Amino acid sequence: MIQVFTFYLFAALLIASGAFTIFARNPVHSVLWLILAFFNAAGLMVLVGAEFIAMLLVIVYVGAVAVLFLFVVMMLDIDFAELRAGFIKNVPLGLLLAVVFVCELIFGIGAYRAGKIELSDAPLNPGREDASNIQAVGELLYTKYIFLFEMAGIILLVAMVGAIVLTNRKRSGVKPQVVADQVARRPEDATRNVQPEIGKGVEL
Amino acid sequence: MSIISSLYLVAPEVILSIGSMILLLVCAWGGAKSARIVSILAVATLFAASAVALDFLLNPSFADGGDAFFGQYRLDKFSSLTKLLIYIAAIVSIIIAPRFFENAGVQRSNVMRPEYPVLVLLATTGMGLMVSAVDLLTLYIGLELNSLAAYVLASFLRNDERSAEAGLKYFVLGALASGILLFGMSLLYGFTGTTSFNGINQAFEGGIGTGALFGLIFVLAGLAFKISAVPFHMWTPDVYEGAPTPVTTFFATAPKVAALALTMRVAVEAFGSQVTAWQQIIIFIALASIVVGAVGAIGQTNIKRLLAYSSINNVGFILIGLAAANKAGASAMLVYLIIYVAMTLGSFIAVLDMRDAQGNQVEEISSLAGLSKSRKGLAAAMAIFMFSLAGIPPLFGFWGKFLVFEAAVQADLIILAAIGIAASVIGAFYYLKVIKVIYFDEPADVIVESDSRVHMVLIAIFALFVSPLGYLLARPLSNIADQAANALFWAF
Repeated sequence: MIQVFTFYLFAALLIASGAFTIFARNPVHSVLWLILAFFNAAGLMVLVGAEFIAMLLVIVYVGAVAVLFLFVVMMLDIDFAELRAGFIKNVPLGLLLAVVFVCELIFGIGAYRAGKIELSDAPLNPGREDASNIQAVGELLYTKYIFLFEMAGIILLVAMVGAIVLTNRKRSGVKPQVVADQVARRPEDATRNVQPEIGKGVEL
Repeated sequence: MSIISSLYLVAPEVILSIGSMILLLVCAWGGAKSARIVSILAVATLFAASAVALDFLLNPSFADGGDAFFGQYRLDKFSSLTKLLIYIAAIVSIIIAPRFFENAGVQRSNVMRPEYPVLVLLATTGMGLMVSAVDLLTLYIGLELNSLAAYVLASFLRNDERSAEAGLKYFVLGALASGILLFGMSLLYGFTGTTSFNGINQAFEGGIGTGALFGLIFVLAGLAFKISAVPFHMWTPDVYEGAPTPVTTFFATAPKVAALALTMRVAVEAFGSQVTAWQQIIIFIALASIVVGAVGAIGQTNIKRLLAYSSINNVGFILIGLAAANKAGASAMLVYLIIYVAMTLGSFIAVLDMRDAQGNQVEEISSLAGLSKSRKGLAAAMAIFMFSLAGIPPLFGFWGKFLVFEAAVQADLIILAAIGIAASVIGAFYYLKVIKVIYFDEPADVIVESDSRVHMVLIAIFALFVSPLGYLLARPLSNIADQAANALFWAF
């Protein structure tokens, strides 16, 4: 009973927050609604027993992607009047896409009713059917696929090196802080004791 | 199978990846000053990896090759040979780079940034994975490692508009191709339940369903993009023209070898039980590449764009060997690839050596006029490379074409061979046009004497290789290519 209730709760909240993502006037609010949608989708994943995907959703999408969106949206200088004008202009295209999606949905449901496609159902990690998803995936990643896992790490390294190579440049006219110089500076370098005569100023 | 024997088999990749990470640290601490030492060490690393690959290739106790990491990676004669070829191309592209980058850019005081050799090393690691892949996952990870490094290399001169454009174009289209490839792979996995080439081959023995056929087509389309075969060639001229010339040299050789070897392995080992399903696709791609490569090159005025079309054309000829779908075809492809790499490296270094009095790179074909008067040696070398690329008999380029056509005729693909030969005559036109400009046009006196001895030596080596003297190597080359082809067709 509680499962059914939770499912409808998550599903309803997911659809609602999805709708609010589109309809919110403020793009920052849109992103916040999107984060809520991700959380609810993660809840649904937990309900169907895919806890690994649920965690990925929360860690990757909420933790990284959505926050990235938030940064981008906050830094953009968005002209709302222009956005709305663009909305009117793009309505026909949007409607066309909507029609395409509806047709695809109808076809998809029809095909599903007609019987599923003959896919292979060989288990990837045989002998570990009773393990939880995280255990099974982790065992595969760190034993059978360890080499490819490490190579995927090198791909990320290349991405990082590439981003730095293409964007990092020496700027002229900046004065960076040099801590060593600051620490090495002694009072004698910065101050001097003078004995000015009465009635005369100090030469600087 | 222990992890130690797996690590032994992946030794070339381990050497390259550890080497590149250490060199990355040298870059990080040494800054721009370290470019020279990093280049030297990168070449040394590549030599070490080549030595390992050469040992695997020639060692008789290793005749059968071996699988590493639960059948995801195979090091056999086929992959050792192609790896060796890739490493040589990478070594040359590192050696020729510093002089180019010193003269490139706006201020002319540019030095090469030390990340260039590191990125070449990382791309080479990916290509090593590609030629050794016997699993869809290894295939994809190798391909991405190579491509990501290549995108960065294409826009390495980030202040140059054309270089940035080349990088962006390559990135967007490459990402699209990766998507197509991944979609095809997911279909194959869904319908066969395995990602290993061998498993897919076994699953296809009883016949191939529509869904899996779609997967096969998408995978081939993704790979055709990487080898820049028609109809997925559009990016090639722009990227080759815009990318810095040493990078173009690299693109035209090493990734081509890797992607072609990968295509061969996928076609033979993964789809080998359904030859009819992919043979017509390969025939179409081969013919279209030959024709478009030949016709498209005619109107070009930029020598780098011309060489880009020439590479499309040559990929078409190489694919004829794959269309034959037998050992002779695979062996002919490998011989052709070796000769192609030598011709392409030679002609790009020759292009790199053409500079005007201000040290600017000269890329217009019209400014090559009269090169035969001002620089006899370079003009002769360029003529040798062009004649060889056109496949005109006394030169070694002819031998590759001959072997490929022979394999096609033996496989009863006579029409394909006939159209290919006809198109190669069209292709000869634009190669000859370049030679005509160099030898018979009024001197334009644009190009000055070069002072680079390294370029001279490299051009001389490659020119000697493709000259008729190359035929002395024909027998050992065929011998080793036959062994590699046997390793590829192990299941037959």
